[in-house]
Amino acid sequence: MARRSRSALERATVVTPDLERSETRAKSRRGFLLALPGYAYLMIFFAVPMLIIFVYSFGTRSATGRTILGDWNLDSYRRLFDDFVLSVMWRSFWLALVTTVICLVISYPFAYYIATRGPRLRGLLMVLVMIPFWTNFLVRTYAWRLILGRNGPLSALLGFFGIEEARLLFTNTAILIGLVYGHLPFMVLPLYASIERLDWSLVEAARDLYASGWKAFRKVTLPLSMPGVVGGTILTFIPSFGAYIEPELLGGAQTMMLGSFIENQYYAVSDWPFGSALSFVIMVLMLVGTIVYFRKGGRTA
Amino acid sequence: MTVQSALRRRGLLERLLATHSWLVYAFFYAPIAVLVVFSFNGGRQVSIWQGASLRWYRQMLQDAALLSALRNSLIVAVVSTIVATALGTATALAMERFRFRTQRVYEGLLYLPIIVPEVTLAAMMLVFFIQAFDYIGRITGTPPNLSLTTIILSHICFNISFVTVVVRARLAGLDPSLEEAAADLYANRWKAFRRVTLPLIMPGVLGGGLLALTMSLDDVVTTSFVSGPGSTTLPVYVFGLVKKGVTPVINAVSALMLLASMTLVFSSLLVQRGGSARKSKAREKERAS
Repeated sequence: MARRSRSALERATVVTPDLERSETRAKSRRGFLLALPGYAYLMIFFAVPMLIIFVYSFGTRSATGRTILGDWNLDSYRRLFDDFVLSVMWRSFWLALVTTVICLVISYPFAYYIATRGPRLRGLLMVLVMIPFWTNFLVRTYAWRLILGRNGPLSALLGFFGIEEARLLFTNTAILIGLVYGHLPFMVLPLYASIERLDWSLVEAARDLYASGWKAFRKVTLPLSMPGVVGGTILTFIPSFGAYIEPELLGGAQTMMLGSFIENQYYAVSDWPFGSALSFVIMVLMLVGTIVYFRKGGRTA
Repeated sequence: MTVQSALRRRGLLERLLATHSWLVYAFFYAPIAVLVVFSFNGGRQVSIWQGASLRWYRQMLQDAALLSALRNSLIVAVVSTIVATALGTATALAMERFRFRTQRVYEGLLYLPIIVPEVTLAAMMLVFFIQAFDYIGRITGTPPNLSLTTIILSHICFNISFVTVVVRARLAGLDPSLEEAAADLYANRWKAFRRVTLPLIMPGVLGGGLLALTMSLDDVVTTSFVSGPGSTTLPVYVFGLVKKGVTPVINAVSALMLLASMTLVFSSLLVQRGGSARKSKAREKERAS
């Protein structure tokens, strides 16, 4: 009761600058308190772990595989430039890049087609995209192992057409198929969102001004859908670069990617300082890359 | 270029686009279909068809390790989803409706778990828990082990971010004047929240929760890093089976996991449909008055 009458009184009084300031301060405190549980959680369980692996990356691996803290050095960072490490990074980079490009080329006309249907059909078609997006990732990747396997459905199909069985499983191609299949919805969704929102009268205006279809697309449609392209490439490239499940299930010994390599440092090799240095550097690269790419994409859009 | 030829070209382009789109759908669904069909395969070979049978489903139900992994998965998913949804919703409200100090720091912190590659997150969690357990062991004498708890704590970490993103999107589309009106009508802030804001953002909260549930049920990498002996979840167990050598039981398990995912999709669609139906009904009422 007292509370209510006081707040009524507050509302009735003329708002002085002093009162206003204390009101905003109270509101800011309330916002902070509301955010606090999540904030504190991520500080403890994300920021602190990040700090810890940063510290670990300067440690040393003992002969028994334990991590010696103290005796700090830069050896783990120097090892990032070993030929083998660079080759793994390079393979991850270009596999992720090719995945992203293939996804973009497949998804753009696909998203364009869906976005230009009537509203009812559009909704239905998008549901059909959402279903694989929500479906268990591991299971979807496993399905390809089944399909590409020796004497599997694909080789049976190819055999039917008289094509000799080619070994697909455990190659870069198999990883690529898995990566594209797994990340296609991540590309389609942002593209669809930005094409659907497009102001078509601008495209019509371009056509009225005698731009050819291709020119209108290149000068109007494409730039306007750029936010979707930027969003989609980030959502596809980052998880592909750090992919673990696809190369483990579909790749072979010769096709190691970064995800498996980092995992090895923690289990098989038990070299935590090096694993931590790798993790940290990749995190920073991804962050900087994302920010720069967003800025650039934002400008052209 | 005559009008006719322009139209003809248009029709051709349209047909090309349509064909392309149906091929993409085929690409999406063919593997899923193959998997379901082969889960009913009677033979010992994983990918050679040898007649229909429920043999592997029966064998699956007798696998005690698998059933315990399933139970673990459900516990982890439910607990981490509930906690993450509560924390994420509060965070979304604070971010969209308030301005407070160090807000931008938190903003950055929220996006990190989404941007960072999963193996990196997993490694961070592992090192953190081992280091923390070392300290706890030094103080109490008995260091704790990696367990279901560490899995749950890690899942909450990435799920807070996902829930926050979804609920914020919902909040950003809402008219703040509704909440302001509520705040004027109900003197009690909590009541205003419960009667007005919460029902309005409910589709976002449920959508975020379902996303969190899916993420948790899907997760292999982080979970396998921070799970201890006896605390395997279903995806980690299946992943191990696949890597060891493929047995047809995996096809049956995968088909069931697929079914579970589909159930989640449809419930999330129903939730969204419910939200938009309520919205359009409200809009109609507005128009009528």
